This record gives sequence, C-alpha cells and structure tokens, in this order.
Amino acid sequence: MQVNVKLFASFQTGRFKQEFRDYPDQTQIGTVVRELNIPEEEVGILLLNAVHAKLDQPLSDGDLLAIFPLVGGG
Amino acid sequence: MDKILRINMSAAGGPTQSTEKAGEFAALGGRATTSTIVGNEVPPDCHPLSADNKLVIAPGMLSGTAAAISGRISVGCKSPLTGGIKESNAGGQAAQVLARLGYAAVIIEGIPEGDDLYKIHINKDRVEISVDNSNKLLDNYPLIEKLQKEYGDKVAYMSIGSAGERLMASASIACTDPELRPTRHCGRGGVGAVMGSKKIKVIILDDAGCKNRPPQDAERFKTANRAFVEGIRKHPVSGEGLPAYGTNVLTNVLNEAGGYPTNNFKTGQFEGGTKISGESLAELEISRGGKATHGCHRGCVIQCSGIYNDKDGKYLTKQPEYETVWSHGGHCGISDLDTIATLDYWDDNVGVDTIEMGVAIGVAMDGGLLEFGDGVGAINLLRDEVAKGTPLGRILGGGAGMTGKAFGVTRVPVVKNQALPAYDPRTVQGIGVTYATSTQGADHTAGYAVATNILKVGGDVDPLKPEGQIELSRNLQIATTAIDSTGLCLFIAFPILDQPETFQSMLDLLGGFYGIEMTGDDVAALGQKVLTLERKFNKDAGFGPEDDRLPSFFQTEKLPPHNLTFGVTDEELDQLYNWD
Ligand code: SF4
Repeated sequence: MQVNVKLFASFQTGRFKQEFRDYPDQTQIGTVVRELNIPEEEVGILLLNAVHAKLDQPLSDGDLLAIFPLVGGG
Repeated sequence: MDKILRINMSAAGGPTQSTEKAGEFAALGGRATTSTIVGNEVPPDCHPLSADNKLVIAPGMLSGTAAAISGRISVGCKSPLTGGIKESNAGGQAAQVLARLGYAAVIIEGIPEGDDLYKIHINKDRVEISVDNSNKLLDNYPLIEKLQKEYGDKVAYMSIGSAGERLMASASIACTDPELRPTRHCGRGGVGAVMGSKKIKVIILDDAGCKNRPPQDAERFKTANRAFVEGIRKHPVSGEGLPAYGTNVLTNVLNEAGGYPTNNFKTGQFEGGTKISGESLAELEISRGGKATHGCHRGCVIQCSGIYNDKDGKYLTKQPEYETVWSHGGHCGISDLDTIATLDYWDDNVGVDTIEMGVAIGVAMDGGLLEFGDGVGAINLLRDEVAKGTPLGRILGGGAGMTGKAFGVTRVPVVKNQALPAYDPRTVQGIGVTYATSTQGADHTAGYAVATNILKVGGDVDPLKPEGQIELSRNLQIATTAIDSTGLCLFIAFPILDQPETFQSMLDLLGGFYGIEMTGDDVAALGQKVLTLERKFNKDAGFGPEDDRLPSFFQTEKLPPHNLTFGVTDEELDQLYNWD
C-alpha cells in the first residue's frame, strides 16, 4: 500500500518534506516513525488524515500521515 | 516600582503631572495593575475616546529585574473596539526601562483642548510633557528615526502611527525592540486610538543611571532564575521549535489538522499553506541574510522572532508572527511571503493590529471589494487607504466588524467586535470557548487551548469534540491572566505546563523577588480576582451572556475537511465563570 508521509520542522532536516512511500498492509504508524530514524520520544504531533493519531494505529492505502516534533507558538 | 505617575491632559493651562505612592500596586504588575486601575477609575459607560477614559501602562511584576524573559508591558483602558475592558501587552524594551525607572504604572487621563500633539519624556530626574507638532501624522518608522536624533538610541519608545492619531479602532501602540525598530505592538483592541485621543504621540523612556530592581531574597531569586532558564531551554517548544521557526511553525500544524481558517473562514485547509509556513519563512530569512532567531527584548531566552530582509537583502520587517502570516495570508487566500512581510511592515508603520487589519481585509474580500488572493490589492488598501486615512481606509481601520457592515458581509468573524485569530473554533473547539468567553473579545492568548487540543502540550483534549473544553479554557484563562501580570512572556507556558519543576521555579522567582511564599493557588487566586473585576467592568458597560457567544455561522456552516460545527452549547459557555 502507499502512504503519503509528510515531515515538518526539524524532522525535515536530513530526511524529506513529503514522499509517497510503500509499506506492507496494516503497517503501524510507529513502524514508519522508526524506519525514518525519528526517536519516538521526539514525536509531538501525529496527524492521520487530519485527525490526531497514536503510534500503534495501523495505516491503510492512500492515508496521509503528518509527523511533527513538539512545537508551539501563538 | 514604588510610585505611580499620573498625567492629566485636561488640566487648564496645559497637562499636569503628579506622582503618588504605588501602594497595593508595588507588588502587582501588568494586567492585574492595568485592569484594577481601569476597574477602579474608569466609568464603564464612558465613551472610550472621551476624556473619562484612561490609558494605563504597567510593566510586569518581574520587569526591570534580572529575571529572564520578563519584559512584557501591559496597556489598559476601555476599548474603542470592543466597548469593554482591555489589556493589550507587548514585548520590546519598554517594560524593563519603565520598571527600572521605578514606575508601577503611568496613568494618562483627560484630553487636552486644541489640536496640539504632545510627547512625554521620562527619565530618572523628571517627566517632561511638551508640544511637538512636527511629529503630526508621522508613521512609526520615520517617527522613531527622527526622535533618535533627539533622544538617542539608549532609550525605549512607545508610539502611535497615523492610525492612532486618526482614532482608528484597530490602532496599536508600538514599542521599540533592542535595535529601536517599532515592531512590538500592544495590538489588540484599539489602545492606540485611546493614546491618540489624548493627543500623545510618543512616550520616551530613558533609564540612564537606573539599576535593575533588587530582589528581597537574592539567593533564592538567583537560584530560581537559573532553574527557570534551564527549564525553558530544555523544553522542545521553547528550546528548539520557537527559536528555529518562530510562531509561524504553526501554519503547517493547523493546516494539516484542518483548523486553518481559509478565505474568511470558509475552509480549514489552505492550498498555499506550505509556501508561507514557518519552515519556508526561516529558510528564506536565512538565505537573504536576515535572521530566523531574534529576541524582542534583552533578556529573552526563547527568541521566537527574526529579521525579514527583502529580495535585495535589505531589512523589510521583523519576522511576521503566525497570526500575521495567517491574517494576511491564508485568511485572504494570499500565499506569497514577500506580500505578507510588506503588509506586516505597513501594519507596524501605520500602527494597526495585524490580526484586526488582516481579518478586515479578508472580510472586505468576501464582500467583493477584492478577489481572494489579490496581494497587490491588499497592499494598496493598507498603504494607499488606511495609511492615508481615506474613507475606505477608515472603514478598514475600524476593524473587521465595521468592515463587514460596510460591505454587507454575513460571515464576520468577531466576538465582542474583536476579530478572531488563526484557529477555527469548529476544528479547535477549546479555543472557541476562549474566543467566546474572554473578557477581551476574541483573543487566542487569553486561554490558549490550542496547546492542549492540537499541540498536545500540557495534556490532551480532543479538539473536535466539545467535551472538556469549558474546564480547559477556564483553567487556562485563569493561569494566563496571572502570567500576563508577571511580565513574563506567555510562551513560558509551554515549559511550565509540561514541567512541574519549571512551574515551581517561576513561583520561586516571584517569591524570591518579593520575599514571600508563592504557591500555585496564589497564582490561580490572582487570575480569578482579575478576571472577576474585568467581568464586572464589562457587565457595567452593558455586556451580558449573549455577548459570550461566537457568531452564529459557526453553528450553521460546517467547516471542511472535518465538516463540523462548533458544538459547545450556550448553557455550557455560561458556566465558564463558575466562581463569580
Ligand atoms: S519569546 Fe518571542 S515574544 Fe516572547 S519575549 Fe521572546 S521574542 Fe518576545
């Protein structure tokens, strides 16, 4: 299956901003995070199709996954 | 801060001044001071631009001390925009300088006869109030440049541009940054118009010969300050995200979450979002020899700001904030950073609130004045209409509510006539509660539920559901009111919400400075007390429960992509102030 993965802020450094990536069916978000060498404790916000998600949630074909470090502003 | 300066602009024979003991205000500051004085002294039913209104300026409880990031200044009055009480705060150098000069507050009352324009010069030895008509209708950048020849570059300036002189309800008061740029604004609620109504163009603050305010318990204060700075530096938001990308790091977050109000609150996602994101902004700033990291005042250890240069590498403006990038960007369908930065420059120069002005332009676009996405048209409106005080410029400068009426727009995003900031309340329901119920009108900083709803700092409350939002907003509004009184920048909320030891070091900082014991309960009690008196002022000014509401389109129009409406009920909103 194909997942649209977007990385933001410091996670872009040395990686990418957006890529369509292939994974086996039912791959969990945590697996994608680990594969990208992003330390789990640095993950601040996970948005799966614009809804907050958790690391153990499985992905489906055509999903949009956005991964952010902890960020803030105002 | 043992004295209060009172200036009476109405006095026969010209303005008079007197100094009084600070009394209870010696150990207060910021919003607590301005709102208490406004509550005690301003008739709630007065016209905001009349002689009865007062402009109160107060540094925070820790301003002018060695405490890190303590340079926020509060300005209070009855707001010409909302008709309710107003506290508008900003960074820049003014708070530190005014506090070192020993003033807990400056209270400006009355209105002088005639057309003369005044300036106020405050230094260690005296206060001078004088006529200077050569400053008339100068905007902030040329004004500060001119004044520097007279007063030098070791002082802090608080000034109004032409919008303040023209009494526009979106007019701000500019505070200069460490490099004397008039870029840090008490923006919200038209405080600049109140200063303009009193015919004061600029206040020059000179602390030559003054020292930092000394703490009562030097050892405790010093230890607490060290721990406080350490806590700020080690938290990912204040230690990494904000310095590297500024507040505009939020563009991508809100856009991805579907909570980024686009084309005047029609959708929750903006196609051009990535182009104007904090990531793109920082990259552009660095490539043009500007800076992605800069502090608005000396002593700021987060440094969320930056310097934006134009294509030729020449200074154009400070790094536009997330709110500005949104109001002039996605809200208006504009996705060009140079256009947004130019609008930011004009906002600062003319002296208007970037949120109110951007939202007004977007509302005018919805009313057919311009096409969404017309960046050139937006710049023309600001530079050729607002800055020149044309009738159209005055309508826009009167804010989003007035603009909506002028153009017959039904989708007007205001609460208590103040424009909504950059988070859609249908996708971020907690911030909707704050917008609706804040004493200040729609104001994200009054209780930043975005942190818990979207950013997952300080807890986790589902942004798409009404459950838990009242309690969240209530607690945040109480805490924020207290922080707005300390002089500390609100962005310390990120580390103190997540790290109990950093919250403790903030308490110790206050306790060590004033030689008292401070607990979390004391902070909450202060916040509640100030909110209660602000609410009383609003009630006496004619506000009721029907004013603690979002505009009805948030209940009737579903916002894509989540296709939700605002789900918190009126009955629930009325429970926010459950203690008074
Ligand atoms: S964090 Fe930003 S707004 Fe706060 S004091 Fe520092 S530069 Fe100013």
